[in-house]
Amino acid sequence: MPIHEKSLIRPENIRAQDKLIVDGVDVSGHWSTFIEPRVVTDYNERLEEEIAALPGGELIHRCWQCGSCTNSCTVNAINPDFNPRYWIYLIRTGMESELLRDKDIIWQCVSCHKCTYACPRDVVPEGVMKATARWLELQGHTPKSKSAIFDEEFTEQVVQTGMIEDGRVIRGFFAKTGQPLLQNWLVEIAKRVARRLPVMFGLRMGLAALFRPRTRGWTKARDAITEYVEEQEALQRKALGLRNTK
Amino acid sequence: MKTEYKRVAYYPGCALEGTGHAYNKSTREVGKALGLELDEVKNWNCCGAMEVKNIDPKVQTYLSSRVLSIAANEMGAQVVMAPCNGCYHNLKKAEHELAHDAGSRDVVDRISRKAGHATYAAGQVETIHALDWIKDGIGEVELKRRVRNSLKGLKIANYYGCMYTRPRHIFPEKDQGAGTESTSQPHFMDDLLAAAGAENVDFPLKTACCGGAHVLSDSDTSTKLVLNILRAAEAAGADVIATECPTCHSGLEMHQVRAEKVLGEKTKVRMLYFTQLLGIALGLSPRKLSVHENVSDGIAVLKEKGLA
Repeated sequence: MPIHEKSLIRPENIRAQDKLIVDGVDVSGHWSTFIEPRVVTDYNERLEEEIAALPGGELIHRCWQCGSCTNSCTVNAINPDFNPRYWIYLIRTGMESELLRDKDIIWQCVSCHKCTYACPRDVVPEGVMKATARWLELQGHTPKSKSAIFDEEFTEQVVQTGMIEDGRVIRGFFAKTGQPLLQNWLVEIAKRVARRLPVMFGLRMGLAALFRPRTRGWTKARDAITEYVEEQEALQRKALGLRNTK
Repeated sequence: MKTEYKRVAYYPGCALEGTGHAYNKSTREVGKALGLELDEVKNWNCCGAMEVKNIDPKVQTYLSSRVLSIAANEMGAQVVMAPCNGCYHNLKKAEHELAHDAGSRDVVDRISRKAGHATYAAGQVETIHALDWIKDGIGEVELKRRVRNSLKGLKIANYYGCMYTRPRHIFPEKDQGAGTESTSQPHFMDDLLAAAGAENVDFPLKTACCGGAHVLSDSDTSTKLVLNILRAAEAAGADVIATECPTCHSGLEMHQVRAEKVLGEKTKVRMLYFTQLLGIALGLSPRKLSVHENVSDGIAVLKEKGLA
């Protein structure tokens, strides 16, 4: 397994000059580059605590920075900027401004649990990724990701009826994210399936769309879950020093 | 063999009522053909899937615990079988959390009381996957004896996905030596399909991720991950990828089409649920196993190989 390291030198801070002579010494070209120094002064000393207060982030303090999470990461393999080990480092040292440079990709964790499987310290890096994505949204650094919108649409249906119906979740998700449902690849799938399917199948899918599947006698569970979730959200906002919306 | 697997409480879950209908149908048909009985969990609810935990993990634990509670306390079941990797994973996770985390126990107890049902206590039932059900309820020897239509000549890449083996700590019965499932190199599906006569290819991406969690919210990532799996299966010489999870199955099928439409990358390998393949071997008709409901043309590959 290769070791994926993250350079702290930003490419845009590297200064190479085609022709430069300093005090009579030729320092032209790439063999002698300059790095623009930068100083971090805006540490957020509460960053680790705030992440730890959100679901999934509780065990971040256990990290030893071995890098097993990044080495095993599914998303890192297709985007080297996706680096859980590095983000955990930034959170624990309070380097918020550095973390914010990657704010638009952190939500892309696919929850494959390879990191949690590999982690020798039981940090549950997958949970830390979810907590960090949630933190970015609560603090207003990022808009709600498509993934968060999907999770909310899904959870709302489960809480309301006890069950979900695939078609309804998909339609709700596309509507909330403003995407057309008739994308060429989705249409192609429908065509391929329709070619072989008997009428009964279409009829059953149609019925499922009309009559929502639901768990009987779910109202009390729905109310108890809603009450608990609202309580937790208020606690989380408090831990982040945010005012409650309700 | 485990005689308690002969009759189990069956938790199909939401996906098997929708996109994974063919998996539900073929699981029931194979059970019938093998004399394994299924009692559907009464008035079940969603386990929380991949989504609810991102809103609150303890709510997910509650949702899964309600299913276990009904099986244990209202049906008197000893074993709950879930064919969906997501459901199976969540039930296992709930079991683990309830056994080890007092905070989860408190929340589950509080919501269960308010919802008006008995609180599930860790250890009341055993949760198993459809693979365990057939592997330990019937076994390869008996399965081999019942094969009417051997899968001989069919090359299969067995794809297990993420949720069946990871993270290790929620599957205490795995990695326990001979006869148990391995979390790094799972083999139960390979064993069953080999008993059905198929040739399993050496497939390195058995437990790779298909991006199922972001199938729609981050389609480009999912398409790349799926294409990787499809190409690896083809490079290994597979005609078919055998699946054991409705999310993986539809993820592979949907993004095979998306890769073709959006990236112009065409792959030929077909996806079939392992229960569909076992059913074919047991002499059931493809229609009975709902092979025609698959997006990728499973019927064509079965015809090519003289199996249908």
